[in-house]
Amino acid sequence: MSTTVPGNEPLPRPSRPRVNWWLTALMAVLSLTVLVPLYFTAVTALKSPDQLGGSGFGLPEDIRWSNFSDAWRLTNFPSAMMNSALITVGAVVLTLLTNSLVAYAIARNMHRRFFKGLYYYFVSALFVPFPIIMLPVVKQTSLLGLDNQSGLILLYVVYGLAFNIFLYVGFLRSVPKELEEAARTDGAGTWTIFRRVIFPLLMPMNATVGILTCLWAWNDFLLPLVILSDPSAQTLPLAQYIFQSQFNTNYTVAFASYLMALAPVLLVYVFAQRWVISGVMRGSIK
Amino acid sequence: MTAVTAPPPSTSADPTPRHPRRRPPSTGRRAYYVMVLPALALFLLFHTLPVLQGLYYSLTDYAGYGRYDFVGPSNYLALFQDSRIWESYLFTFRFALVATVLTNLIALAVALGLNGRIRFRNTLRGVFFIPNVLAILIVGYIFNYLFSNSLPYIAEKLGIEALSTSILADPDLAWVGVVILAVWQAVAFNVIIYLAGLQTVPEDLYEAATLDGAGAWQRFRSVTLPLIGPFVTINMVLALRNFLQVFDHIAALTKGGPGTSTTSVAHLIYNGGLNGGEYAYQTANAVLFFICIVVISIFQLRILQRREGSV
Repeated sequence: MSTTVPGNEPLPRPSRPRVNWWLTALMAVLSLTVLVPLYFTAVTALKSPDQLGGSGFGLPEDIRWSNFSDAWRLTNFPSAMMNSALITVGAVVLTLLTNSLVAYAIARNMHRRFFKGLYYYFVSALFVPFPIIMLPVVKQTSLLGLDNQSGLILLYVVYGLAFNIFLYVGFLRSVPKELEEAARTDGAGTWTIFRRVIFPLLMPMNATVGILTCLWAWNDFLLPLVILSDPSAQTLPLAQYIFQSQFNTNYTVAFASYLMALAPVLLVYVFAQRWVISGVMRGSIK
Repeated sequence: MTAVTAPPPSTSADPTPRHPRRRPPSTGRRAYYVMVLPALALFLLFHTLPVLQGLYYSLTDYAGYGRYDFVGPSNYLALFQDSRIWESYLFTFRFALVATVLTNLIALAVALGLNGRIRFRNTLRGVFFIPNVLAILIVGYIFNYLFSNSLPYIAEKLGIEALSTSILADPDLAWVGVVILAVWQAVAFNVIIYLAGLQTVPEDLYEAATLDGAGAWQRFRSVTLPLIGPFVTINMVLALRNFLQVFDHIAALTKGGPGTSTTSVAHLIYNGGLNGGEYAYQTANAVLFFICIVVISIFQLRILQRREGSV
């Protein structure tokens, strides 16, 4: 904006106070800690193996696009991408539909012992990190034939309950009951009220829960690693893990595959950045 | 999910509906139970039952396959004499503590900067948040290459002897690499929470403090910090909780090595339990870990809340 003129304090409405350019520059330099590794990934993915070496931060001399087609083939990219997308979409949709419903029932009955107990039962699971139940869950899912994509979706929906109930119930406490009561006197049943009145009101929280679930399911590694047994069910992170153990010296192709695996979420983020951040913020503050 | 189960019409004693409906409105109470019971059943099956199964198996000598016998508390006794276990707990706690403190210090500093009178605030905020949306495993592979190839090359050019070999190959330094990756990723999320906290501090409080002659540091100490206390609590609790479960970072950077110097508890449970034929032994380890986490969480909440005064 305007150049800083020290000592010249103008106008009655300082809607935009003086910009601290030193601080701006400092923050820009600090943001390089985030950007440089991404830059490094991009340039390495475009090099041929003989251009590696040195610090690796130089630009590629001639661009080798075939890294991407090699990575596409070797990591089975289309299949991994489809699996990740399927699992993420399934987990997000089912989580939104079911977790909000459960939270609604709990929030409107907190005065009843059963529902109050249920609330604390779900939320206390936040203290149980997954590694603790990992070994029995692996046995159980393979026993039930859930060692596949649908099993993963189910687990994300169920394990998400702990935190999502916490979020939704907190939000629902601030939603006035008058709206529901009006609908009820009009003859609407509980299900109709949920569908027509509550679920639309929950939209800000739905955005938060959707974003958090999406990032979790898309980026998760441990759960797919231990649950999925069929190689054709691999998700993107899992495919990277397998690829890494097979071709650990093929760096340029590996970096092309990293870039491809990171690209979808980066692209979405570039366009939905503000929305994502405000969604995450809402989830952590309440 | 939860298929729409219309209650049998006989149960609802609805006095003459004013307009016809597809199904009679359910009386609230029953519908609420129908809403929660499937979720309760699934949660019991996939969360609580595994906890109980873990407790049970921890008292056996089950290898993950075949027959097994009940052996009482001997797994637990063995845990305490196993140096692998001690080392993994030591590594995990040291890592989690250092990473939590560093993450929070850096995140608070970045948030203060972003909250200052800067241009391009939204863009910069967006950039700082990027690591939170990326898969740690994949970022870990990128850092792995940086640590083992680029960093040694640069260190050698600069004549820094200590860093001229990969830090990941050095049993004393490998954990630092894990900390760097973890902090790089976790700062993103904590910045956002601190920013939200800083925005709750009213601007006129700063002005009042400035008029009273308070410097920048004093304003931070006596105005900002007390007011964002709850946000510090959230960040510390969440960060520590996440770091104690560290797994992806290890898988991408060190696979627990060199030797066992960066084997986290989660990694040990995974490796020993699913690949090493120590199913029962590692479920006992998981139970022990669970107890540790609960104790730490309660302890942490107590301390932090007392410091804040009242929450």
